[in-house]
Amino acid sequence: MYDIQQVRKDFPILNRMVNNVPLVYLDNAATSQKPASVIAALVDYYEQYNANVHRGAHTLAMEATVAYEEAREKVAAFINAPSPENIVFVRNTTEAINLVAHTWAAERVGAGDRIVSTEMEHHSNLVPWQHVAQTKNAELRLMAVGADYTLDLSDLDELLSPNTRLVALTHMSNVLGTITPVKEITEAAHRVGARVLVDAAQSVPHMPVDVQEMGCDFMAFSGHKMAGPTGIGGLYISPDVIDEVEPFLRGGEMVLEVTYESATWNRPPMKFEAGTPNIADAIALGAAVDYLSGLGMEQIREHEIALTGYALERFRELEDVETYGPTDLSVRGGVVSFYMSGIHPHDISQVLDSFGVAIRAGHHCAMPLVRSKLQVPATARASFYLYNTEQEVDVLISALRHTMEYFSDADARQAR
Amino acid sequence: MQMPDRLDDLYKDIILDHYRRPRKQGLLPDPDLKSTGFNPFCGDQVVLTVSLDADGRISETGFEGEGCSISQASASMLAAHLGGQTIEEAEALVQTFKGIMQGDELSEEEEDALGEIVALQGVREFPIRIKCALLGWTTLQDAIADYRKTQAG
Repeated sequence: MYDIQQVRKDFPILNRMVNNVPLVYLDNAATSQKPASVIAALVDYYEQYNANVHRGAHTLAMEATVAYEEAREKVAAFINAPSPENIVFVRNTTEAINLVAHTWAAERVGAGDRIVSTEMEHHSNLVPWQHVAQTKNAELRLMAVGADYTLDLSDLDELLSPNTRLVALTHMSNVLGTITPVKEITEAAHRVGARVLVDAAQSVPHMPVDVQEMGCDFMAFSGHKMAGPTGIGGLYISPDVIDEVEPFLRGGEMVLEVTYESATWNRPPMKFEAGTPNIADAIALGAAVDYLSGLGMEQIREHEIALTGYALERFRELEDVETYGPTDLSVRGGVVSFYMSGIHPHDISQVLDSFGVAIRAGHHCAMPLVRSKLQVPATARASFYLYNTEQEVDVLISALRHTMEYFSDADARQAR
Repeated sequence: MQMPDRLDDLYKDIILDHYRRPRKQGLLPDPDLKSTGFNPFCGDQVVLTVSLDADGRISETGFEGEGCSISQASASMLAAHLGGQTIEEAEALVQTFKGIMQGDELSEEEEDALGEIVALQGVREFPIRIKCALLGWTTLQDAIADYRKTQAG
């Protein structure tokens, strides 16, 4: 049984008051809150065994190295990577994707080649590929978003031409919540010899993810959206492709043997981690993985499906509010983007804040999707996580009613 | 659940009035100054056009925009306020407004000169919205810079 009240006690920040009312944190697609165990892991590292890793034989260096590599093992197991060697620690999803763009793609994508992505990407999985396409004279083609807010796969066979080198797609849209059929698309991409990169920033925190089952070649994710700290994320590189990837950054730690003239590379994942890594945050990410595994990713997903279903039901009570995203909860994460006619999302967010409700307003780093497909200048977005409750959804809906009244009262005053 | 009073400092009636009924709507057909301002943070956009008379004073303004109430009301107030100033005076006005957003206190005369623009002072209590309030003003600044370049070139 998922005891939500017990879970909430693990997150110190949920006791906070904002504008004299309890915080209702519904901006989890931007970043999640952290349980006490993750915060403690950071403090413990700095108070007990702060030292650099992979060098020095003293006790602290050894303890730090063991903890850092254990964190890698935990992350690998969490997404069912074949080995910890397939996990590269990076800063965040954006850095992970850029690593692939600047290394593998820079060498393997050439003039006349094709990269396929989708219309629902976050800028981090669109802008790097625009750059590769422009600099290599390659072509960037996008899978369309259908009327039901899922990917339109009808022209997938046409899109996946023999010259397609890479398919880069999100596993879960941060605007629509849409969960994409990554496995199916990966199989189709592999049939034409293309590699597949999955932006899993929104999926890894919220549902069970198995990279081997998915079959993808690269997968990027961020620690801070999965109860871990900022500044740490992961790039999974499959055994099939890892030898095709050259180092991104060069320097210490990533080398095997160095002469004044040249150097040879250390084995993966060290080959991709030049310089002193983000040791503390990697260890704390390991603690976050322990925390999520303790609750169970299936249970977290079930909780969020139920909560999203409840939220969508409550949203339907509101007139003049449009929500976006699939109605089939089996292909939707806990994200509800919405638009209220006559009130700009930024103003909605401002009024909600005075009720302690934290949501996101804007284009959510998916400008073309919001403007061209949803055809609104911006949306407001509530996004849920493992600690959110139906009562919090009730506060959101009630605050939205107040927002509508506030602005319609102001209009009425002016009409007089 | 009660509506918190502090919001009224931000959403003053005059601001919401400018938002609902923006003044100086529409771009001038053949302006001397023109610039587009964009706030990627929330997607606010303002296009501002300004015409000068033979003495180099602002004779007419017109703007179009899309965005939150603060960004659009502020641009509307600016467009409505402009008229008769030289380029230098318009620049000084932008600096005064930026100062207000940074917390500068105004004398009574200064407040009188600014008129309803003073209502935007309340935005200071909501630092994240200052960028919204500034959009029209930084767009004017950009338009002036572009104008100077064409004059010099």
